[in-house]
Formats: sequence, structure tokens, C-alpha cells
Amino acid sequence: MPVVTRLIRLKCVGLRLDRSGLNRRICHGGHGESTRRRVMEELSSLTVSQREQFLVENDVFGIYNYFDASDVSTQKYMMEIQRDKQLDYLMKGLRQLGPQFSSLDANRPWLCYWILHSIALLGETVDDELESNAIDFLGRCQGSEGGYGGGPGQLPHLATTYAAVNALVTLGGDKALSSINREKMSCFLRRMKDTSGGFRMHDMGEMDVRACYTAISVASILNIMDDELTQGLGDYILSCQTYEGGIGGEPGSEAHGGYTYCGLAAMILINEVDRLNLDSLMNWAVHRQGVEMGFQGRTNKLVDGCYTFWQAAPCVLLQRLYSTNDHDVHGSSHISEGTNEEHHAHDEDDLEDSDDDDDSDEDNDEDSVNGHRIHHTSTYINRRMQLVFDSLGLQRYVLLCSKIPDGGFRDKPRKPRDFYHTCYCLSGLSVAQHAWLKDEDTPPLTRDIMGGYSNLLEPVQLLHNIVMDQYNEAIEFFFKAA
Amino acid sequence: MNFDETVPLSQRLEWSDVVPLTQDDGPNPVVPIAYKEEFRETMDYFRAIYFSDERSPRALRLTEETLLLNSGNYTVWHFRRLVLEALNHDLFEELEFIERIAEDNSKNYQLWHHRRWVAEKLGPDVAGRELEFTRRVLSLDAKHYHAWSHRQWTLRALGGWEDELDYCHELLEADVFNNSAWNQRYYVITQSPLLGGLEAMRESEVSYTIKAILTNPANESSWRYLKALYKDDKESWISDPSVSSVCLNVLSRTDCFHGFALSTLLDLLCDGLRPTNEHKDSVRALANEEPETNLANLVCTILGRVDPVRANYWAWRKSKITVAAI
Repeated sequence: MPVVTRLIRLKCVGLRLDRSGLNRRICHGGHGESTRRRVMEELSSLTVSQREQFLVENDVFGIYNYFDASDVSTQKYMMEIQRDKQLDYLMKGLRQLGPQFSSLDANRPWLCYWILHSIALLGETVDDELESNAIDFLGRCQGSEGGYGGGPGQLPHLATTYAAVNALVTLGGDKALSSINREKMSCFLRRMKDTSGGFRMHDMGEMDVRACYTAISVASILNIMDDELTQGLGDYILSCQTYEGGIGGEPGSEAHGGYTYCGLAAMILINEVDRLNLDSLMNWAVHRQGVEMGFQGRTNKLVDGCYTFWQAAPCVLLQRLYSTNDHDVHGSSHISEGTNEEHHAHDEDDLEDSDDDDDSDEDNDEDSVNGHRIHHTSTYINRRMQLVFDSLGLQRYVLLCSKIPDGGFRDKPRKPRDFYHTCYCLSGLSVAQHAWLKDEDTPPLTRDIMGGYSNLLEPVQLLHNIVMDQYNEAIEFFFKAA
Repeated sequence: MNFDETVPLSQRLEWSDVVPLTQDDGPNPVVPIAYKEEFRETMDYFRAIYFSDERSPRALRLTEETLLLNSGNYTVWHFRRLVLEALNHDLFEELEFIERIAEDNSKNYQLWHHRRWVAEKLGPDVAGRELEFTRRVLSLDAKHYHAWSHRQWTLRALGGWEDELDYCHELLEADVFNNSAWNQRYYVITQSPLLGGLEAMRESEVSYTIKAILTNPANESSWRYLKALYKDDKESWISDPSVSSVCLNVLSRTDCFHGFALSTLLDLLCDGLRPTNEHKDSVRALANEEPETNLANLVCTILGRVDPVRANYWAWRKSKITVAAI
């Protein structure tokens, strides 16, 4: 595989100053590892955080420089999602996992969800036989008193309950959806409810914001939410928002991307989001995007592909909250104010766009349909949201640094692929592609998708991370079931 | 161990009365794991005693073998706790067991939940031991999330606050970019019963933080910490000369990243700070002929240039500035 080989033997050819003012040295040839070792020696005077950050930036910018120096066909190849290889990787995982997966033996519903959701994001489905096998397997993980364990015979656990429910919703259809025992699930969720307002992960298990989100997400999608489940929950999550603005796992714990997504989504689902300090939360979240263009999980930690979803989703959720609030507060004046900003954003996007021919065709088509340009412009402006994070930069990080050409996604360069990172890199990529849209039914423009339209993924319902079509089907199914 | 772990369970006399219980995977499971024989067999024996609810010394030993194979299995940890209680087992020995498991893999929720459960039963007498255990884990990974949460729980539930601020200081001296240590420092100054709370500590903490900022103006942790020291006290935040002074100090330098100084100044302006000529001159010195008359807008414009990753956010932020933020 020539591209892979070249990537592995990549030499550092660039020079870039980062925000901490480190003096960057040009990496002169030599084998990557020996260069890396020499650089590490030179960096011994820096702190651990600075050294690690420097090395990651070195890797990332090395890839970016290689990409920028490549010919057009190589660039196109590097930027492609490689759907067929992704599907091969995912389907193979559904059918057989090696012995090293024993460390995830208590997480098999998660493996189902990570894989099935990734397949759904790619716009694909599994065949009837695999679907049946998945429903049967998850049924064997379902506890006799509600909830799902991490494997057959294991104690019901909120995290694997969320994973199982999301996997079944992703499969869709009456057979999958009706396999979930809602009555017993309701009993299970109530049993996990703690007097502090939060939830415990399992009988006598640990309590944290993940448990709150997984419980509320499941209750919401199954349409079994009630006052007992939400009592005191807002207080608990509020106590986990830190001085930085993000949300930690427990009161006092450090603000963290995964818990921030969980806490924010749960607060929205129970209609108490306004209790959070949204200004500081937004400020914290947007600052998690670094110079590599991917997101880190905590301040001064390293970029990681999974935060593509855990952090980009809060950015979009928050922006939509502000957008709704602005409209409520300012009424018609919001429209005139928004017009200028959005028009400005449009102009900037034009400068970035390299796919002019397609856009030109698209514009012409819309003109002919609408009859005049003003109408088109107005329609376009109202459909787009000005983003608060750099979506194209984020997509670039995922496609060039996290994606493995042979299938799967990873945390960062030098790390191995795995199904967890594949799921959350693809989920985050979808969020980034669809982020401009106020109306979830409108497809994004080509300029909003790094690598072109062939990379377009299915949109997700942001509060659950389920592909929108499957989410809508489930909501309709469980609404009738009430 | 009293028994030879290298002998398969099925060949040990101790287990001859137990029929191993195979995993109920169904005829065609998805995500099937190709278990190695030792793993499969051990789990089969575990299932047998788990479902028969056998709370015995040999069950305790079996959970140990099982956890050595997969320390992320929360069902095994849960059952182990039931057995420990039934046997009234020495929980100090259990602390040692946990520490042995942690040497191999300390990054799972289950181990730390179990540690909390054991330490809670043992009570304040083990506060020192818990602080020492987390200190060892943090010496290998200074940002270990579970270890920090456990440390906070220990302080809150068992005590041991006396040296905690010094510990934070020690870690920040080693790595001022350790955001976990800054978070812990905030936890200590706000929660420690020995320090008198945020207001009592503010002056010395502001001084400490400003030194950290001036040494590394690109360190986001210290700027966030500084603002936190004025939490719920907007009046002091905008009126304390130390705050705008450190912003001006950083902005006057040409050798460093100005983003955090500018964003802090922006926050001050939006919170009601009336800018002096010095503020205006500092900001305009960074402007590239941008024709803004509103200082906060100008700060946003400059931020969009010096912090391009967040250009979208600064533009959005500008759109939200009210007229009052002159």
C-alpha cells in the first residue's frame, strides 16, 4: 500500500509556531523515530504537557504538509472516507472479534452500537440474517428485571442499556423495537435513581453524569420519562458544571468533553438547560478545538478523534439554543441583524471553496426554479447558521489524521484503530457536515463537506446520537406504544 | 494463592463439584469474541457460582482470577463485594488486592468504584492511605481522571486536607499546564474546611496565578483559574486592578500569544468594565487598520485574527455584544 507506506515513513518538512511560543525546529530527514527521539531530547526542559503537545503537533502538521505537497489525485484519495473499506472493517467486526476483545467482554452491546451506528452513518444497513442475530443477541443481554447487561447473564448496567437501546433503534423495524421491554425498563431506571437526584450505573454502582444521561436518553426515546426520573436531576448536573464552564463527571471533577455532552444533552432532554451557565459552557467548548483542528477532551490535554463528536455536538446544540433564544427575545429585529452576519459567513465560505463548478451548477438550478436571484439568496441565508467552531478544519483532522485508509478511525496519529473511535469520528464528522443547517431536512452544500459530496454522511439526532431516520421511526413507534 | 493458578479450573479438585455454566450467546451471536480457553473456562465457572450465589472463600478467589483476566467486568466486581461482606473479609487485604490490579490497569470505572466502597467502609483511618494511593497513580499520569475523582472523594468523605494545597503546588511547579492540578487547587480553596473559602484566599491566589500567567501567557488553565477566583463577584472582577493590569502587561509584549489576554479583556468589557485610555491604546496597537469604534467589537476582530481556529466563535461573539460594552 504505497500511500500507507509513505505515511508511515513520513518526514517532517514544515515549520509552524504554536500558541505556546515553542521554538520549532525543522526536522531534517532521517528516520522518523530517530528524529522524534532527538526532538524529545531537545525538549527536555519543557513540561510533560508541552512535550506531548509538541510531538502530537509535529505528527499532525507533518501529515498536513504532506497532504498540501501532494498531487491532486493523492489529495483526493487521502480526503475520501473510503466507504467500502470502512464497511468491510465494520461488517467483519460484527461477525468475529479476536481474543484481545476479551477486555471488552462486559461491553458487547457497546460494540454492537459502535458498529451498527457507524454502518448507519454511512447510509447502509445489515442484511436480514445479521439483523436477526443482533436482535437475538441483545435480547439475551436483556435482564429479567429490565435493562441490558454488558453480555448475556451480566448485571443490567445503564451504559450498556443505552448502547443496546441505541443499537436496536438503529436496526429499526417492529421486531427490533418491540424486543425492548419498556415496562421493565421503566422499573430498572427507577431502581437506578438515587436520592441525590442522579443515577447509579447498576445495582449499588457508581453515580456520575454518564449515568444521568444514559438513563434520561433511554427514557426519552422509549417515551417512559416521568417526574420520578427527573426529580433533582437538574440540581445534580448543575453541581457538576465547573468553574471552567464545561461539565465534569461528579461535583468538583474536572470539566471533560464526554461528561459535557452527557450533562448538556440530559439537561436539554429534561428542559432544564437554562439553569446551566451557557456562556461559559460555550466558551469552554469552542476552546477545546486546537491548532490541529481536532478537539481535545480537557484543557491542555491532547487532541483525540472521539471528541470530534463529544465536543462538536455541544457546540451545535448550544448554538441552536442561542439561536432559538435570540429569536424569542428579539423577534423581527433578529432577522435583520442575522442577515448581515450570515451573508458575511457565506462570503468567507466562497473563498474557501475549491469546488466552484458544482456550486455554480447548483446556483443555476436554483435560479431557474425560483425565477430570480433575490429569492435564492434569501432562502440560502435563512437556511444557514453561522458556526462557532471550525467545521471544515475539524473534518480535515478526522479525514487526514484519524482515518485509517484500510478502514476504521483512531484517536490520533500513531494510535491503532478501534470501533469506539470509528463510531465517534464518523458521528462527529456527520455533526460537522450538517452543522450549518437550521432545518434538518435540508441537505448540506458541497462546500460544507470536506472531500466532496461522496463523503456525505447521514445526519444524526444530536441528543441521542442516532441517525435521524431511525430516530424518527423510533419516536413514532414508542409514541404509539404509550 | 493457595492453589496453583496454572492448573485449569476443570482439573482442580476444589472445583470438581461445580458444573461450569456456558455463556448463553445463542446460535449465531454478533460481535462474538474468540475467547482463549483460559478466559472462557474461568468465566464459565464464575457464571456458575454467580448464579448459584455462592458466597464462599473459593468464590472470592475465583473473582480474583476473573478480574485478572478482565478488570473491566463490573458484574464480577459487584459479586466480589457481596462475597466480601458475607465473609466479613479483611478489607485492608482488599486494598492491597486493588492496588495489585491497578498496577496492570487502573483506567476503568469499576476498580475505582470498588476502591471507594472499601475505603468508605474502613473510614477516616485510611484517608492517608487513599491519598498516598492516588499520589502514586498520579505520579505516573498526572491527569488520571479517576484518580483525581477518588482523591476529591477521599478529602470530602475521609479528610486529609492539611497538605492538599501544597500537593497542588508541587504538581503545578512540575507542570503548570496540568489542568487537573489547577482544577484540584480550585477544589481545595473552595471546599477545604481549613482555608476559609474563596474570598479569604483570593488575594494570595490571584498573586500566584498572575505569576503563572506572566510566565506562560499561552496557558489557558491559569487564565480560566484567574476568572474563577472572582466567581459570583462580578464587581470585584471588573474593579480589581490586578486583573486588567495582567491583561495590559501581556498585550504590551510582542513575543507571546495575546489570545487569552484579549478574551479576558473582552469578558471584562462585557461584564461592565469601563475601558481606560490605556486599554484602548493597547488594543489599538494590535489593530490592523480595523475601523472599529466600539472597543469590544475591535477586540473580537483582533481575536479572529490572532486566534484563527476560533474565528467563527469570535465573529459570533461579536454579533452578541450589546451596545453597553463600549
